[in-house]
Amino acid sequence: MHDPINTAIQIVVVLLLPPLLQGVIGKTKALFAGRMGPPFLQQYYDLFKLFQKDSVFSTTTTWIFRAGPVVALVTAFVAALFIPMGSPRSAVSFVGDPIVLAYVLGLSRFFTTSAALDTGSPFEGMGAAREVTFACLAEPALFLGLLVIANLTGSLQLDTMLGTVTDHWSTEGASLALVLTGWSIVLLAENCRIPFDDPNTHLELTMIHEVMVLDHSGPAFGMILYGASMKLLIFSALVVRLLIPLTGQGPWLDWPLFIAGALVVAVLVGVMESSMARLRLTHVPALLISACMLSAFGFVLLMR
Amino acid sequence: MPERTVLLALALAAVSGLLGLLFPRRSPWGQRLTTLVAVAAGSLGLAGVAHYWQRGDSEAIVYPWNLLPGAEFHVLVDGLSAVFLVPIFAVFLLGSIYGLGYWRQAEYPDSGRKLRVFYGFLAAGMAVVVVARNAILFIFGWEVMALSAFFLVATEDERADVRAAGWLYLVATHTATLSLFATFMLFRAASGSYDLVPIATGAATPAMLNSIFGLALLGFGIKAGIMPLHVWLPTSHAMAPSHVSAIMSGVIIKMGVYGLVRMSSLLPLTVEWGVIVLGLGAISAVLGVAFAIGQQDLKRLLAYSSIENIGIVFLGLGLAMLGRSLERPDLVVLGLAGALLHVVNHSFFKSMLFLAAGSVIHATHTRDIDLLGGLSKRMRWTALAFVIGAVAICGLPPLNGFVSEFVIYLGLFGTLGADHHALVSAVAFGAPVLAFVGALAVACFVRAYGVVFLGVPRTAPASHAHESPPSILFALAVLALGCMALGLYPPLAVLPLGQAVQAWAPDIADATADLERLVPWQPLSTLALSLAAGLAAVGTLLWTQLGRSRVHESVTWGCGYQGGTPRIQYTSSSFGEMLVGLFSWALRPRIHLPFIKQLFPQESYFRSHVPDPVLDEAVVPGLYWSANLLAWFRVFQQGSIHLYLTYIFAALLVLLLIPQ
Amino acid sequence: MFELFDVALILAVALNFVFLGVSRTRAVINAVALQGALIGTFILFVQPDVGLRGILLALVTIALKGRIIPTFLLHAMREADIQHEVEPVVGFIPSLLLGGVGTALAIAFSNTLPLTSEHAHLLLVPASFSTVWTGFLLLTTRRQAIMQVLGYLVLENGIYLFGLLLLEAMPFLVEMGVLLDVFTGVFVMGIIVHHINVEFDSISTAYLRNLKE
Repeated sequence: MHDPINTAIQIVVVLLLPPLLQGVIGKTKALFAGRMGPPFLQQYYDLFKLFQKDSVFSTTTTWIFRAGPVVALVTAFVAALFIPMGSPRSAVSFVGDPIVLAYVLGLSRFFTTSAALDTGSPFEGMGAAREVTFACLAEPALFLGLLVIANLTGSLQLDTMLGTVTDHWSTEGASLALVLTGWSIVLLAENCRIPFDDPNTHLELTMIHEVMVLDHSGPAFGMILYGASMKLLIFSALVVRLLIPLTGQGPWLDWPLFIAGALVVAVLVGVMESSMARLRLTHVPALLISACMLSAFGFVLLMR
Repeated sequence: MPERTVLLALALAAVSGLLGLLFPRRSPWGQRLTTLVAVAAGSLGLAGVAHYWQRGDSEAIVYPWNLLPGAEFHVLVDGLSAVFLVPIFAVFLLGSIYGLGYWRQAEYPDSGRKLRVFYGFLAAGMAVVVVARNAILFIFGWEVMALSAFFLVATEDERADVRAAGWLYLVATHTATLSLFATFMLFRAASGSYDLVPIATGAATPAMLNSIFGLALLGFGIKAGIMPLHVWLPTSHAMAPSHVSAIMSGVIIKMGVYGLVRMSSLLPLTVEWGVIVLGLGAISAVLGVAFAIGQQDLKRLLAYSSIENIGIVFLGLGLAMLGRSLERPDLVVLGLAGALLHVVNHSFFKSMLFLAAGSVIHATHTRDIDLLGGLSKRMRWTALAFVIGAVAICGLPPLNGFVSEFVIYLGLFGTLGADHHALVSAVAFGAPVLAFVGALAVACFVRAYGVVFLGVPRTAPASHAHESPPSILFALAVLALGCMALGLYPPLAVLPLGQAVQAWAPDIADATADLERLVPWQPLSTLALSLAAGLAAVGTLLWTQLGRSRVHESVTWGCGYQGGTPRIQYTSSSFGEMLVGLFSWALRPRIHLPFIKQLFPQESYFRSHVPDPVLDEAVVPGLYWSANLLAWFRVFQQGSIHLYLTYIFAALLVLLLIPQ
Repeated sequence: MFELFDVALILAVALNFVFLGVSRTRAVINAVALQGALIGTFILFVQPDVGLRGILLALVTIALKGRIIPTFLLHAMREADIQHEVEPVVGFIPSLLLGGVGTALAIAFSNTLPLTSEHAHLLLVPASFSTVWTGFLLLTTRRQAIMQVLGYLVLENGIYLFGLLLLEAMPFLVEMGVLLDVFTGVFVMGIIVHHINVEFDSISTAYLRNLKE
């Protein structure tokens, strides 16, 4: 906490920005489909409404089912504090924090999938199985990218890594472009967007994330939605900071720049979702392995 | 002096079971006395270790021992021994208490006393291995350990499958011992004595050193259960009583790690050895957890997961070896500290998982996870222990598994940017491999936990399960607290680890200071504490908030289909199907599909299971093949005494004729 | 200039992974066309002062690799009514992994080659090896005859990349020969595809086993 202003801004942004990203994605998709679409602030309304609602719990469930949403939200918030956003320093930072980031999100995965199995529903079991399977392939892609960036910047601290990595675009642009592609694929996979998962589909058999949370209702469901939006912010931030350097002109310029970047990522996700279809489930691993290969290739290029 | 305390503790452990023999078979007092002595032995041993860490005033105890030329009773506790003594005494102590509820003398009058005798011998043997400074004493302790473990695996020797597991274990452990005999003989040839002291650089030829290391890797690798040498491990872990499985998985296989750690501290290391150990570790870690995902037997699953964790330990050890041959103290410190911390952590959470599995078996009498389900409603505390163990073994914060994996990660990332050697840059790929393993472990343990404890019971035994007695829950609780303590406050481990690294690599100036500098211990602790506090706070906030709104209870939403039965739930096979498919090239799953011939087919079923391909397709055919080959020598064995006398005469003649 | 060339070469290698990982034949044809067109431009990178003949050659290559051959193949797909997705002998994921390992080895191997300093830091040689390896994988692991044609094309792309190294020594000789090769290759394969289709009502080469007698 070296920089109270930036830390405060980061906490506010992490708490307030995520639902807007979902709104932007929805609006973009609506524009492509020629509709008006829900307002940008739709998810804020949704969350507000969900937190007012009653809850329904299955008689099958135990405390794990109630713990799942809490863990999902808290871990997403904690993980988001490690990400450097619109300031040179992230709110929390120490050597090795990218590893912490990945493992904190792993904790969230453990509890959300366990919560899904707690209901005893075959559909939710299916979703949980898919979630853990695809995460197994997304994780190495993330780490291979980290390897490239750690090698270029000589640091293992996210804010230093992402703060200085943009200097290397002129010399090692090829490797970084590969990592950027790999991480973009990871972004789509981890946040269950098309082409991995269709958040708007209506057939439980084809879903991943949405089918896991079928039984959650009311505030619990609200926490899950909120946590998922935060996760989208986390991965967008990684991609944005990999691509765009800070101006160094102080928080009043850098933070708007970062937020604009995150919104552009949201628009791009929306464009992506409007322009292509879901992959067949059996082909999802191939795409994720390609993401690993791309990042690995980027690393091998550096070692050359 | 810690040596005297440790020797006293191990002597107590050795006699603890023998005391039980003084009581009649039907009396419960034999077991109670044994347990009391075992608790005393364990506490004494742990006190000795704590004393060593505080004072560090160890002093070798040496007695002449005329068993064999070169043998000597030479005992010394150093940093490495101390780290390994912790799991030995802790798991022995808790396993004995657990036995009070799990293997009650009244229930098992025939096998109970035998089991406890060898349980004590096992702990004593392992303690001897760890403190011995003479190769013969080491081998002596090693064999006591190996043979006691055989009798423990074969506790229920009236069952054929248990006997088969016992034989398999015995064959494997003797292969390991044979290899160790050769190792130490070569070691003596190189160093001049059986004392376990470092071989000076240049004292032996590279070929000699390579063979010593290769044989040590084979012998200790079999005991540690590293990937192609793991064939004995899954079956014997599954067949032994659960507190025996816990000590096997938590401690015995760590003796293989200890052997390799000790041996590598005595030899001048090369880069290639480090890379070999690292490579073996990576293979074991990935394939171990992949096999675990394919298992339906809860204890086999845990056994394969031990192979994975040994792989992670080897990643750290290989890194340390690499660091020493490259003279990179940072890699040595991070690699070895991570590996040793993982050894201790794994002994905690894996023992706990085996004990929890034992509790489930105790309640339901089955190890097949697809027959269970919904146990967390009936066995709340066992379920809680299992989920703590599962989170810890997946290496997730805020528990202890995360800390050791984090330290190993730091070491792996530390190899970046240094262009020593072409191989070294490839080592950095260990980091994504470890990430892959971590994610697979989450899949594996969500599957195990979910199918066994969550949902609704699939069969009658599961729906009639009951919580286990307090002695079982006590052992689980202590181990859970251990996992939490090391996870929430990792700086606890700095001093012991620093001393251990110092003992392994004396050329490092100040290993403890390096370790403190290289790893952000305090932030890790703050992170774990605040994560735990945050979860507790938000959880309480939300659910008290909910208390004010209304909560309804209903059945699980079946997507419109309300005719569901417990059998409609996702099974362990379906949960792992995609991952098993991804690894089908290594796992070779057997899938038995129904073959439908006519319209309106009869009742049919689908089965799939994952056998061990190394055992079934390499070792067993290989042994048959060699047995057939060696059968040729039968022609010499005709049963005629005259012929045998002729052989002796011929042998004498040959010996005489060999030129001096 | 060289930096941009490196990026283009990496794009070409990334397309190799697309060939190996994508299941739809039509998508693979388009990707091969893209790689062909991309490779056609490389001559301008290698010899910027190549003159009118060079530009002409680049245009011919782009047209042939990027337009004419793919159109021909797409036409063949329509005519022969080829299945859009066929599971290969070696699955998509293993072949992707093999491709990745091959590329890593190609980079390692090209570091050991005694190249002139002018070429040593370029990715041209590893990209060429990687592409040849991918073509080889496609040839050996795919069932459909049309995928094998694509395999030949990718293989040839790799050889063409290597040929760029010899540009100064033997201008145009290599290229013209190579282009001619391709054209005949595709022509012959087109005939084969057509005939397999006529004879067996399918273009899966698995049926060719029946001819082993």
